Amino acid sequence: MSFWPKSRKARRRLQVVLAIAPVLALAVGLTLYGLRDSVSYFYTPSQALAAKVTPERTVRLGGLVEAGSVVNHPGGRVDFVVSDGQGAARVVYHGDLPDLFREGQGIVATGRFVQAGEFAADEVLAKHDETYMPREVAEALKASGEWRPAAQGS
Amino acid sequence: MTAELGAFALALALALSLAQVGLGAVGRWRADPALQSAAVGAAVGASLAIAVSFAALTVAYVTSDFSVANVVANSHTDKPLAYKIAGVWGNHEGSLLLWCFTLTSFGAAIGLFGGGLPVGLRTVALACQGALGALFLAFALFTSNPFERVSPAPFEGRSLNPLLQDPALVLHPPFLYVGYVGFSVVFSLAVAALVEGRVDAAWARWVRPWTLFAWSMLTIGITLGSFWAYYELGWGGWWFWDPVENASFMPWLIGTALLHSAIVTEKRGALQAWTVFLSIAAFSFSMLGAFLVRSGVLTSVHAFAVDPERGMVLLAILGVTAGAAFGLFAWRVPALKGGGLFAPVSRESALVLNNIFLTAATATVLLGTLYPLIIEAVNGRPISVGPPYFNLTFNPLMAAACLILPLGPLLAWKRADAAGAVQRLWLAALIALGAAALSLLVLSPRSAIGAVGAALSLWLIVGSLVELAERVKLGRAPLAEVRRRLGGLPRGAWGTTLAHAGLGVFIMGAAIETTAKAESAATLQLGGALTVAAYRVELQDVTAVDGPNYLAERAVLRVTKNGDEICRAQPERRFFPAGGQTTTEVALCGYGLDDLYLVLGERAAGADGGPAWRVRAYWNPLAKLIFIGPAIMALGGLISLSDRRLRIGAPAGRRTQRSLRPAPA
Repeated sequence: MSFWPKSRKARRRLQVVLAIAPVLALAVGLTLYGLRDSVSYFYTPSQALAAKVTPERTVRLGGLVEAGSVVNHPGGRVDFVVSDGQGAARVVYHGDLPDLFREGQGIVATGRFVQAGEFAADEVLAKHDETYMPREVAEALKASGEWRPAAQGS
Repeated sequence: MTAELGAFALALALALSLAQVGLGAVGRWRADPALQSAAVGAAVGASLAIAVSFAALTVAYVTSDFSVANVVANSHTDKPLAYKIAGVWGNHEGSLLLWCFTLTSFGAAIGLFGGGLPVGLRTVALACQGALGALFLAFALFTSNPFERVSPAPFEGRSLNPLLQDPALVLHPPFLYVGYVGFSVVFSLAVAALVEGRVDAAWARWVRPWTLFAWSMLTIGITLGSFWAYYELGWGGWWFWDPVENASFMPWLIGTALLHSAIVTEKRGALQAWTVFLSIAAFSFSMLGAFLVRSGVLTSVHAFAVDPERGMVLLAILGVTAGAAFGLFAWRVPALKGGGLFAPVSRESALVLNNIFLTAATATVLLGTLYPLIIEAVNGRPISVGPPYFNLTFNPLMAAACLILPLGPLLAWKRADAAGAVQRLWLAALIALGAAALSLLVLSPRSAIGAVGAALSLWLIVGSLVELAERVKLGRAPLAEVRRRLGGLPRGAWGTTLAHAGLGVFIMGAAIETTAKAESAATLQLGGALTVAAYRVELQDVTAVDGPNYLAERAVLRVTKNGDEICRAQPERRFFPAGGQTTTEVALCGYGLDDLYLVLGERAAGADGGPAWRVRAYWNPLAKLIFIGPAIMALGGLISLSDRRLRIGAPAGRRTQRSLRPAPA
């Protein structure tokens, strides 16, 4: 093989490169593929309405839980309305809500829009920190002028 | 008074750290033994000062001194003593103090236990460690002083977040920090080696114990955190690929790579530049973790004190230290001599491959963690990268690493016989394939990932045992000879076997728990029952409990399998009046290695108007292995650490320089 380097040092360097290349290719390939499919965008209800989010995409929906909107159905289904002051979406969730879930608090739900304004959540998040307002929710509310720090709770 | 003492000690520690930098730098430059010894004294002094400062804060917490703002924000007179103490590091300021305490203590350790190091190397390492200490101490003192007073002092504190009032969380941060910060020693040694222009086997032998120690502590810390998330958050998950978790995981991955590459540098003198690079990278990832956790740039379910301004300062510290170290690396690395050569099939090559996989895996985790930041900076759209990304990228890379893992220890240095190594692993391969088939037969739902996990797990466990058997010539030599060899095995060999087998144990638990777990929930009245997998869970009683700082409803759940009672579980739902917060206390009911994970939910109205409770039950098969595995790995690390070879330090030839003993501080 004429292209095989003569010096031992260069040969070793080439060997290392040959070992790294396939792993690197694998890593890059998987990363690109993974980032295409498992990245979820964040919307507030009015943004989601404007963007016409399709049902097949997993997205995150954030906003404040509207007071008096939480309905516990027998069988563990929970409905509540998340709003950003300009729009609202009804969230349907099967399971136990996090301990910090409260009306008037900011939450982020991950799931899909079954239809415009109706969201099926796989996961509802509220943070450990009890003064928690999800960062995206806080920023979206600030942008829409609905930001009232008092709404953050204690 | 104690608060002022603490604040003074903190300032004193900063001054001593700066002195450590100055004395070290000038001492090395002038090669003045007195100044170099004084640098050791300064390092010890800084660590003692921080110890006083830390003790002062602890006293303020234990005595509920509500004139200190930090105590007000995180403590409460009602709290049990253990959680008052844990409150010290359950917040940004206190945990930063703990960080500084560990950082300066490691500095003192370099000085005190560094007798075997060349004096010049030790002094430069001390100066570097002092610089790191000074930066973080200044950060603590000027932006996050835990000793600030409030006036008038409130009557009662706001208490520690009840989710953090938990035994695992008492221990999790200290272990994690010792692990994170332990890499600072390796960082300093790398910088010193670059300054001195010499990276040799003796240097690598010095790096290894520190890396092992930090790595073992980090393993314990991450496992405790994961275990806490598992039973405290009440979702039954133990790893969420959350940014904060990734922040602790990346230094661990790099540390693992470093452990392996340092072996090559120590034994064969090869891969010097790479080992130095990893030594710098490990602590840089620790600092990146501190930045991610404390700045709030990424939305996480875990983060505690979040403050963008402090985040910027941390980012600056990270930029300056890592930037300087990597700059030094780029400048000095061409001066390093090339090391021993090795053939494409050799133990060196296997370890290189291990490092390639580990760094590639770290890179994918890093990209997944930072991708939301990049995208938001580019087009302003907040996004999140979910677990599917990490499962898709990280898992295959690690699976490939695990596939070659048992081969490594069986290969000889320099030039090895690949066919021979593969041949010796036929038993492991057979058992692994058997496990895969068995898991497909027994478990439902049938899962390819579960089968691959089971196969990899046994491949690792049996592969490690085969290697051990090879070492003692089991089956090839008389029993007495085997026993003699077994007794004569270095502890490092035991450590390797345990760590590799522990990884296998973990993979088994993770693969089976993730793919075969079952879940069931129902609203139950007293006497009602639900079934999950083969278990029947009956709600027998719910009582009110008056805890030390909470009120709780405690359920008694009788768990039976085929009519036989397995256990009586008592999950709770606690209300903490101090913070107005409710938490669920999961009851774990072990059955062999499986867990029944029981959660008491909210009270609801039953069908006939009587009281009823939401009860949720998970059957997590082999879940205990997820935590036992890493525990075995950490044990392996610690056993390895006690190996005589690692305690001896530098080779005898350099002993003569030990006459420059540090003056007692």
